[in-house]
Amino acid sequence: MHSDLAISQTDPRPMYLQIKEQIRHRIAVGDWSPGQEIPSIRTLAIGVRVSVITIKRAYLELEREGVIVTRQGKGSFVTEQAGIGQDLQGEELDSHLNAAAQIAGQLGLSSEELGARLRKAERHIKRKP
Amino acid sequence: MTVPVIKLQGVSRQFKFFNLKDVSFELAPGQIMGLVGPNGAGKSTTIRILMGLIGADAGEVSVLGHSMPKDQAAIKQDIGFVSDEMRLYSNATLAWHMEFVASVYQTWDATYAAALLKRFNLHKEQRIKGLSHGEHVKALLLLALARRPRLLVLDEPTSGLDPVARQEILTELMDVLQDDRRSILFSSHNTLDVERISDQITFLDRGHIVDSRDKETFLERWRRLQLDVAGPRDLPRPAGVVDITASGHVATITTSDYTPALHAVYEQAGATVREVQRMSLEEIFVASVMHSRQEQGQ
Repeated sequence: MHSDLAISQTDPRPMYLQIKEQIRHRIAVGDWSPGQEIPSIRTLAIGVRVSVITIKRAYLELEREGVIVTRQGKGSFVTEQAGIGQDLQGEELDSHLNAAAQIAGQLGLSSEELGARLRKAERHIKRKP
Repeated sequence: MTVPVIKLQGVSRQFKFFNLKDVSFELAPGQIMGLVGPNGAGKSTTIRILMGLIGADAGEVSVLGHSMPKDQAAIKQDIGFVSDEMRLYSNATLAWHMEFVASVYQTWDATYAAALLKRFNLHKEQRIKGLSHGEHVKALLLLALARRPRLLVLDEPTSGLDPVARQEILTELMDVLQDDRRSILFSSHNTLDVERISDQITFLDRGHIVDSRDKETFLERWRRLQLDVAGPRDLPRPAGVVDITASGHVATITTSDYTPALHAVYEQAGATVREVQRMSLEEIFVASVMHSRQEQGQ
């Protein structure tokens, strides 16, 4: 069973995207390491209790993005590329920064003001135990 | 190319108050198809025809590569059929039913049957008349599943069940697919169950097929666009748009064939696309049935 991935009914994102992001997250945090074999499409579908076609779509897109590779008759693996975990975390960071920059634009903040807020957030995290 | 597990081609059947018209769809091995439709849409009639229980007036039906109803005896061993109208012998125990099915079907898997008893929390010494509705459905499913048939046909397997029992059944259905040569066709009006586990989806309404395709394509193509418009005016209706509702300065477009090019179409007409929303299978189902009824002139 791979009940460590789960579909949420209240998450507005489609199921294949939820699966994709949970796999990316597993790799980003290092639970699934470069070159490691990941569950087959069918095994994961049965574990998560979601249709095979949904998992297949998630895997195809992850392949296209170079996150996983599928070898015919062998199975699917996390890409061998060392540092894939950091890369994915970097991408996650960038997407949050993009969103932040967009809101800052809507609020009319200068880049200095945005930078100051970022540093404030950093200090806030460091203060936490 | 693999032989489809189920193939219906132009199947029609006339009744006094209901007609099944030109029904065609296919199911490939290793897949689950959800047959969705309102009450009286023809789901059970379609299932009875493909099981060979009633004949068609026209069209071709092939199941596991055999023509139906002509060859139905040849494939009876390979098909498990459960309908919520089925009744077991109320005075007999579940154990009696299990022995009976095991004696008829060589593929009966006693180990799997024992595991299912446990997972469904059924007691085989219990008489059928003492079972609740949910237990009765689970008993029927156990008897079908433990034969490990290549094709499972389930008419409304989850209707009238509590959420826990539904979840137990969906889990067992998914488990069947560990063997990629086995397939399931199930009818339901619970779109949540269908959306979750089906690979292929067929919408049926008033005796004809509204749409039949793979689930991801359904969910990807259908979108709702929220527009801001300058004022009341006619908005373009390119192919695929099934509904336009406008009031005041806002309009909602529902399309069955979304592409980003649609934005330009509406922006040229002076509208601003405020939001593009995905739709749940239930919303898609209702929209396509309404659209199909409109096209048919009610």
